[in-house]
Amino acid sequence: MEIDPFIFRLSIFILSIFVGYYVVWSVTPSLHTPLMSVTNAISSVIIVGAIIAALSGSDGVVFSLSSIYGFLAIILAAVNIFGGFLVTQRMLAMYKKKKKDK
Amino acid sequence: MSANLSAILYLVSGVLFILALRGLSSPETSRQGNLFGIIGMVIAVTVTFLSVGNFSSGFVYVLIFLAIGGSVGAFIAYRIPMTAMPELVAGFHSLVGLAAVFVAISAFINPSAFNLGTPGNIKLASLIEMAIGAAVGAITFSGSVIAFLKLQGIMSGAPITFKGQHLLNALLLILIVILTIYLCSTQSSNLFWILIAISFLIGFLIIIPIGGADMPVVISMLNSYSGWAAAGIGFTLENTALIITGALVGSSGAILSYIMCKGMNRSFFNVILGGFGATDQTSGSQNKEQRPVKSGNADDAAFLMKNASSVIIVPGYGMAVAQAQHALREMVDTLKKNDIKVSYAIHPVAGRMPGHMNVLLAEANVPYDEVFELEEINNDFANADVAFVIGANDVTNPVAKTDPQSPIYGMPVLDVEKCKSVLFVKRSLSPGYAGIDNDLFYKENTLMLFADAKKMTEDITKNL
Repeated sequence: MEIDPFIFRLSIFILSIFVGYYVVWSVTPSLHTPLMSVTNAISSVIIVGAIIAALSGSDGVVFSLSSIYGFLAIILAAVNIFGGFLVTQRMLAMYKKKKKDK
Repeated sequence: MSANLSAILYLVSGVLFILALRGLSSPETSRQGNLFGIIGMVIAVTVTFLSVGNFSSGFVYVLIFLAIGGSVGAFIAYRIPMTAMPELVAGFHSLVGLAAVFVAISAFINPSAFNLGTPGNIKLASLIEMAIGAAVGAITFSGSVIAFLKLQGIMSGAPITFKGQHLLNALLLILIVILTIYLCSTQSSNLFWILIAISFLIGFLIIIPIGGADMPVVISMLNSYSGWAAAGIGFTLENTALIITGALVGSSGAILSYIMCKGMNRSFFNVILGGFGATDQTSGSQNKEQRPVKSGNADDAAFLMKNASSVIIVPGYGMAVAQAQHALREMVDTLKKNDIKVSYAIHPVAGRMPGHMNVLLAEANVPYDEVFELEEINNDFANADVAFVIGANDVTNPVAKTDPQSPIYGMPVLDVEKCKSVLFVKRSLSPGYAGIDNDLFYKENTLMLFADAKKMTEDITKNL
């Protein structure tokens, strides 16, 4: 009997939760704000769904009912991706060590 | 592009996202981590374009919309002041939530584009995943909007409670489950719309009873939700990158909520059910006898600090409100010139989101190795000469250790009162968020500095 591919995805999901658990506990508390902004940016990988939805229109029809939702989702996700990564970058650039010569 | 190759590349981008979070374990590796995240995102988007393989006029529009959203995002990212970071993150969460809802709607209207069957005949598993993704996405969206409005001050931070609130929420949640079951058997689009509408309503209802200072928990929780929404959509689209990311973000947000709750010694449910701060106010006003308070001016404070050999700074949300972080750094620079040892003590729930104070201090060029967490520094207060409390209140209240009747009893607090002297910058004697008086105000060794945090800090610097 063959295993449903869903089970494989479920395995990836469950294992990723554990990976996330251990990785996030090792994040230093002083970087918790960048952690939130970067998780926010990466969760916008939902844009792959938005792209598929936006390009789902049949021949010649760019804006069908379903693709419009896709386009809207692309805008929202793009705001997040660019905003999230850039603001994280901006924050992380501010974390500096004590200057030794003083 | 073959399905197998794209699946492997999605996996690669998922792994890069894991590395992005891993990088945050120390500030040195964090920038590299962020770069991994960006690479992962580029891979995921590129692979999607190649595997759809539709480079017609639609593709041009995708790029245009991507550019529009991207430039809006970049503009916000560069312009946002660091003090507004909680609002920004709440706002961004709402966008992820709404994007998840839109993708789910699109998949419901046109399932064949996603290989999920035909309209009215969608595969059962996909339909359930879609419904979960849409519902969680909608809750994330409306919840984050409320959190954003509360943080931005457009909506009052006071908890909004009414009778039967929890019952209503519970009923609505049950209704969502029932609707999902009916949706699966009927495939009716009306039910799908109702499901989304009720989810929006629930997100709204669960956030309004939660007060302003509990926002760290709310933001972390919504962070978690946005992850679960992404994972739900990931299952629908059978996309590994989305599933991995969703799980990562989901557990990340959950851990942060846990850390925040622990920092307040309250259970997650106690926070989520809300109303804190509104109900407890009465207990605080019962014993409102006038107790003597010593208050001083910038000159006194400067004198105390000049004669100290070590100073610990305790920043709180008030510092963010007054935008006093730069003035504070200047004061500390002057202190250091006088060979006074200065360190910063950060309580886990200081500010309106996890790590909020650390970012503000970093912005003011405070080296991160001078900033310490509660457990790291709490024993040092006994050996320090001066504690400078700026904009913090409840997190320094010794009542949490002494009075079992207090609503904050058991909450970990900074042992500020063990310092030789305490300087407490505050506008007035009004109680903090928990609605209880701070015993610290009336201690023999406490000097209250009644003023705006920024102005007071600047004045002290002048007098040093």
